[in-house]
Amino acid sequence: MKRQMTGAEMVVQALIDQGVKHIFGYPGGAVLPIYDEIIQQERVRHILVRHEQGAGHAAEGYARSTGKVGVALVTSGPGATNLVTALTDALMDSIPIVGITGQVPTHLIGNDAFQECDTVGITRPCTKHNWLVKDVDDLARILHEAFYVASHGRPGPVVVDIPKDVQFATGTYAPPNHVGHKTYHPRVEGDPAAIRAAVEMIAKAKRPVFYTGGGVINSGARATALLREFVRTTGYPITSTLMGLGAYPASDPQWLGMLGMHGTYEANHAMHDCDVMVCVGARFDDRITGRVNAFSPGSRKIHVDIDPSSINKNIHVDIPIIGDVAHVLEAMVAEWKAMKSKVDKVALKAWWRQIDAWRARDCLAYRQNTDVIMPQYAVERLYAATKDKDVYITTEVGQHQMWAAQFFKFEEPNRWMTSGGLGTMGYGLPSAVGVQVAHPKSLVVDIAGDASVLMTMQEMSTAVQHGLPIKIFILNNQYMGMVRQWQELLHGNRLSHSYMESLPDFVKLAEAYGCVGIRVEKPGELDDAIAEMIKVKRPVIFDCRVAALANCFPMIPSGKAHNEMLLGDAVKADTLGKTIGKEGKVLV
Amino acid sequence: MKTTTKTAKRSGARAPTARTKEAVTRRAPRQPPASAYFIEELHDRPERHTLAVIVDNEPGVLARVIGLFSGRGYNIDSLTVSETEHAKHLSRITIVTSGTPMVLAQIRNQLERMVPVHSVTDLTAGGKPLERELALVKVASSGQDRVEALRLADAFRAVVIDATVDHFVFEVTGRTSKIEQFVSILAPLGLIEVCRTGIAAVSRGAETD
Repeated sequence: MKRQMTGAEMVVQALIDQGVKHIFGYPGGAVLPIYDEIIQQERVRHILVRHEQGAGHAAEGYARSTGKVGVALVTSGPGATNLVTALTDALMDSIPIVGITGQVPTHLIGNDAFQECDTVGITRPCTKHNWLVKDVDDLARILHEAFYVASHGRPGPVVVDIPKDVQFATGTYAPPNHVGHKTYHPRVEGDPAAIRAAVEMIAKAKRPVFYTGGGVINSGARATALLREFVRTTGYPITSTLMGLGAYPASDPQWLGMLGMHGTYEANHAMHDCDVMVCVGARFDDRITGRVNAFSPGSRKIHVDIDPSSINKNIHVDIPIIGDVAHVLEAMVAEWKAMKSKVDKVALKAWWRQIDAWRARDCLAYRQNTDVIMPQYAVERLYAATKDKDVYITTEVGQHQMWAAQFFKFEEPNRWMTSGGLGTMGYGLPSAVGVQVAHPKSLVVDIAGDASVLMTMQEMSTAVQHGLPIKIFILNNQYMGMVRQWQELLHGNRLSHSYMESLPDFVKLAEAYGCVGIRVEKPGELDDAIAEMIKVKRPVIFDCRVAALANCFPMIPSGKAHNEMLLGDAVKADTLGKTIGKEGKVLV
Repeated sequence: MKTTTKTAKRSGARAPTARTKEAVTRRAPRQPPASAYFIEELHDRPERHTLAVIVDNEPGVLARVIGLFSGRGYNIDSLTVSETEHAKHLSRITIVTSGTPMVLAQIRNQLERMVPVHSVTDLTAGGKPLERELALVKVASSGQDRVEALRLADAFRAVVIDATVDHFVFEVTGRTSKIEQFVSILAPLGLIEVCRTGIAAVSRGAETD
């Protein structure tokens, strides 16, 4: 039903019509008309953040944990530029978010007006698409189009930039129509011939591996269910990227663990030695492939992706299938049944024997310490304490992120929110805010590092204001751990500016924010402290003091192949021994 | 519509120029080749292709296309753009680019997924397209040079569109090589300014792009 209303009213009406329940934002001069509408209604709840980057990451966490589109509302100029990191993060990880930015009035655009910036120009390369609305009669259509573009095809961020005079102007509002978009029609059904060829190749494989990614999770619950069905039908091993964790249950015997730079020995060796690789919703990222010319040299590759530009970008594949994961897997499962496909049981048995030999290396093993908490141990205990709960995990970026990926076992999709492509330190805390807003009764834990968490620490105030009992589980080693690890391994252990001097007292900081602070320094106290953290119904900053110089292994050094991994023990024996001084050795 | 994807066919490609040859040698491996991909990549020489991109003529659309090329490190050898269907507000962008077949496929795919892009056609993939350029060439000279310039213009079928006793402005159309030749011949004869449109291209035959 078409109605006359102001641009600001249209924004709120469009959000309601798009089914948006929560938005994250920060007011300012150029969005005041919209804020004036927001306070006069109750259908869309606004979460006030402390920095616009936090609004963006919260929208990402919200989107990632629900499968819906996340919305951030910010003002012009600095509001928009502060959102850029989150937009780029969402673009890299294919997270659907709609950023609504205020803009100076149209007649001032280009005049270097107060809080003016070229928002569409700045956000053009970090969004799927963006719009500057110059006429109020275009506003409703553009808003609905924004939601369509963000959520269809390969999901991603979009920005709608609305000048203040357009927010005040009156025009005609039309609800979303489902006639379809003028140009943007991503293909969802895979090519049947390619699917048939792929199923044949999969059935004949001697050393197969499934390599899945965030695309499976983006495709939705149906994709996850079909993936599980197909993988179990074949009995083939499966590994996943950082973004894809949870699509396949980590407790399943066919699960090899994460692959890539800090992936497991068995996953990376299976990738290197396989004869058929089935890539589903992943993009052969450089953290996955290692040296591209030595990447899985003997395999034929099948690549299922909704984005044609992902095909043959880094790695040449033999059978590309462009389509939505759920649609393609459905067709594959049907084809598998129709062809009465049988796997080569003898070959598969030998392949699993080989994989078990790799598994026996126990690549994630670490040296336990009775005096100092090992960071791996901290994640293991956190997992043990929360695995039977309704838990969502977010992370920042660095060593703690990799340890979380290695030691926290995910059984379900949408439970793991992390910044994969962009690697944004400071993602986890605001993301946890977004997740908690979407799942108020669930346990939401940000596994954090002491350096990352300080980048967006101010969002604790958001959590307190909105009664969001997020748990910030800091693996505090007083270093930028991953930077320090690289300096140790590659730069002669010259720890240039990676030591976090003058860290705040996190317990006092928690109290200052009006939440709960817990500090643990001994392994023996860890379990009780975690239990307390879970019990508290308020936001918690958990300062877990861990071994300062622990390194994250296994590791594929840059420029090396999958079968040239460094395992923890090997490195300790030679490289580390030479580079670490006496003091360091005591701590490791 | 001819929208064939993979352009393994090299018949349409021009011989690599000095610049592209150098690019190939610079990519020499530091380590011995360990897999088929590495070898394959070495054999992939850059090709020059002409793309026709039909887009909505909306603000910023050209910036999006150019931003894609600069952001991802693709080459633009020539770019021509104008609205071609006024009723539908459609513009046609003709881009001459060069890259390996893998990069060319990427360019097509990256362009195709942009929201305001209607279609991307690789004109070179279907054989050599018709390509023309227009140049306006200003020559200021006197005496024998002036006479010679006019005589050459006639040989190149260039038209005089402006003249005083001190100068001529010639309008010349044709393939890029012809324009290049015309400009270089006029250089010693008082050439002072050149403006070129870039390449406009359509495929041969009755089919549309």
